Formats: sequence, structure tokens, C-alpha cells
Amino acid sequence: MTLIILAIVIGGAFGVALDRVGATNPDYIIGMLRLSKLQLMKTIFFAIGFSSIVLFTALLSGVVDPSHLSVKAAYSGVFVGGILLGIGFAIVGYCPGTSLTAMATGRKDALFFAIGGLVGAAAYMATYDSVKATGLLEPIFGGKATLGAIGNTDYPALTGALSGEIIGIIVGVVFILIAIVLPARMRAEPSSL
Amino acid sequence: MILSWIKGGFFLGGAFLLAVILVKPIGVSTQFVIFDGILWDAANPSMVVENTEAKTGYSSPNAYLNKSGGKYAENIANPLNYSFVFVLAMIAGAALSGFLRGGVKKEERAMPKIWRANYGDNPWKRYAVAFIGGFIVLYGARLAGGCTSGHMMSGLMQTAVSGYIFTAGAFIAAIPTAILFYKKEA
Repeated sequence: MTLIILAIVIGGAFGVALDRVGATNPDYIIGMLRLSKLQLMKTIFFAIGFSSIVLFTALLSGVVDPSHLSVKAAYSGVFVGGILLGIGFAIVGYCPGTSLTAMATGRKDALFFAIGGLVGAAAYMATYDSVKATGLLEPIFGGKATLGAIGNTDYPALTGALSGEIIGIIVGVVFILIAIVLPARMRAEPSSL
Repeated sequence: MILSWIKGGFFLGGAFLLAVILVKPIGVSTQFVIFDGILWDAANPSMVVENTEAKTGYSSPNAYLNKSGGKYAENIANPLNYSFVFVLAMIAGAALSGFLRGGVKKEERAMPKIWRANYGDNPWKRYAVAFIGGFIVLYGARLAGGCTSGHMMSGLMQTAVSGYIFTAGAFIAAIPTAILFYKKEA
């Protein structure tokens, strides 16, 4: 029961956040991807950097249970799937979460995206065996790997040079610096002819 | 008006942080599978069955729903679970936020401004492309094992190697596609 209440509270906050940062508006997503409206990219870099720094500081000080982490496996299909997602993301301006939240704000094209998504997910279910047979799902880099070893977890680490927590904090700082230096746009203003 | 990148970043990052501190990292695209499974099981109840030999107690004749000891089959049988309710609450939260800021302008409900500037105002053209795009995005997300939320935001937050691989693939494809597909700025 507690879990369901947490799902409602955190899920609800996430939905409000996606809407308030502009992620439910494809103009911001497409503008970010065609490098003419980078505010959302700055928001995303800052969000990842900030959450990473707090998360790894909290892990170091022992206030967060490391078993709450959930690192996904690396395999070549992650890259191929990322490319497919990127193409649709750029053409339509929605990803799975933002299509559902945009639909909730009254966007009808988002509903069509979500229905297409349900069909796409069903198509993956139907073709899973043949995808698996290609070897695309075979783990690489040790599978559920992180950049550095994180204490009290058994995720394999890419490097042993520094602890996973320290690497997480450094990466977080770098992400925030990227958020700060990114300009509002990286392309010239359209000429007003 | 949307939030500044600093305020928005604190808010969005705060949601990802709260999730991992209290429960587990945020992810959305799996729930498309769960919803499909619920519909599929309603049409054909043999899609998800109780099975005492499975690790989760549920199994499916579909290999994808049956993987990891029937994890997806279990969630389809019990939709009132954390991850599914999370996505429903996310939808409700966005609906409330949208309502409070006065909703989306009528002329933008069918398509965003940048689409109209490049491809005109026939809504069905936009809906057809949105449907196809949704298909590609969710097929890709399932192949990758996650989407922008699970792989990119949650993955990069945790320094997951898979998150970097996914993000590289997504942006290598998305940036040139967006530049070529949308020549005119809205």
C-alpha cells in the first residue's frame, strides 16, 4: 500500500515536472534536437547532473540503500534501439513518457503517437524471439556495468581508477557545467525575409 | 511560460532523485508492454496464466512476457503495482499541470507550431506521422530495454554504461533527423 502511495506522489510530481519544463510541447523537443532552442537540453543536463551529485553523495554517506539502484544491461541492441527511438523522437517530438503527458494536456497528435507506441511495443513482443536470435541482446561491457564500482552493489565497473561514487559526483559536476555553458541556440537566427 | 532551466532542472532532477531514493529509478516504456498485455490477456485469457513453477508465479506463452521468470506476466496479472500506477499518476499530474496553466491553445492541439510551419495544417498528415513515429519509438525503446526516462535520465544519473550507449544512439540519429526534417523554424 505504501508503495502505491509513493507511486501516486512521485509519479504525479514527475508528470507535473515534465509539463512545466516544456517536455510535453514538441516545439521544445524538436527545437532542442535541431539545435535552435536548447533550453530543454540545458534543463536535462542540469537535472541529471544535480540528481547524480545528490544520489552519489547520499550513497557515500549511507543514507540511501544501494539496492534501490537499478542499472540496465548494456548490449548492442541498446544502441540500435536508441537510433530507432532517436529517429521517431526527432520526427514527431515525443518520447514514451512525454507522449502520455502531452496527451493529458490535450494534445491529440500525442494520442496517435501513444497508440502507435502500443502497436510498436506489441510488434516487439511478437518479434522478440527473432530479435534474440540475431545476438543483438547479448551483453557487452560485462552487462549491467557502471563507470566505476559502486559500494555494496555487484555491478561490474568499466574502470577501477576511482570509486563509482566519486566518478558519479565528477560526472554530475561536468553535466552541470555543460548545462551552464550551452547557449540558448547553436544555429543562426532564421533570416526574416 | 515554462520554468527556467535551473528551476526546471531542480524539479525534474528532484523527481528522478526522489524515485531512486525511496523506491527505484523511473522508467516508462515498459508500461506500454504491460498495457498491451492487459488488453491481450482480456481478449485471450491464456496469455498470462498462474504458474507455480515460474519464479514470479506467472507465465505466458509469449517469450517476451515470460522472460525474467514471468516478471511482465506478473505485472499484467496485477496492474495495481508500483510501476503501472506510477505512469497513471504521471498522466494525472500532467493533466493537472496543463489545466492549471490554462491548457494547450486550440490551434496547437493537433500539431505543434514547427510542424505547421514545415508541413501545413492538415491534422491527419500529422496524426499519421505521429502514429508511425510512436511505433518506431516504442519498438526501439523495447529493443534498447528502456527509453528517455529509464536509459537516458535514470541511466546517466546512475553512471550506467547502457545509458551512455543509448543516449549516443538516440542523439546521433535524432539531431541530423530533426535538422533535415524541419528546415523551417516555427
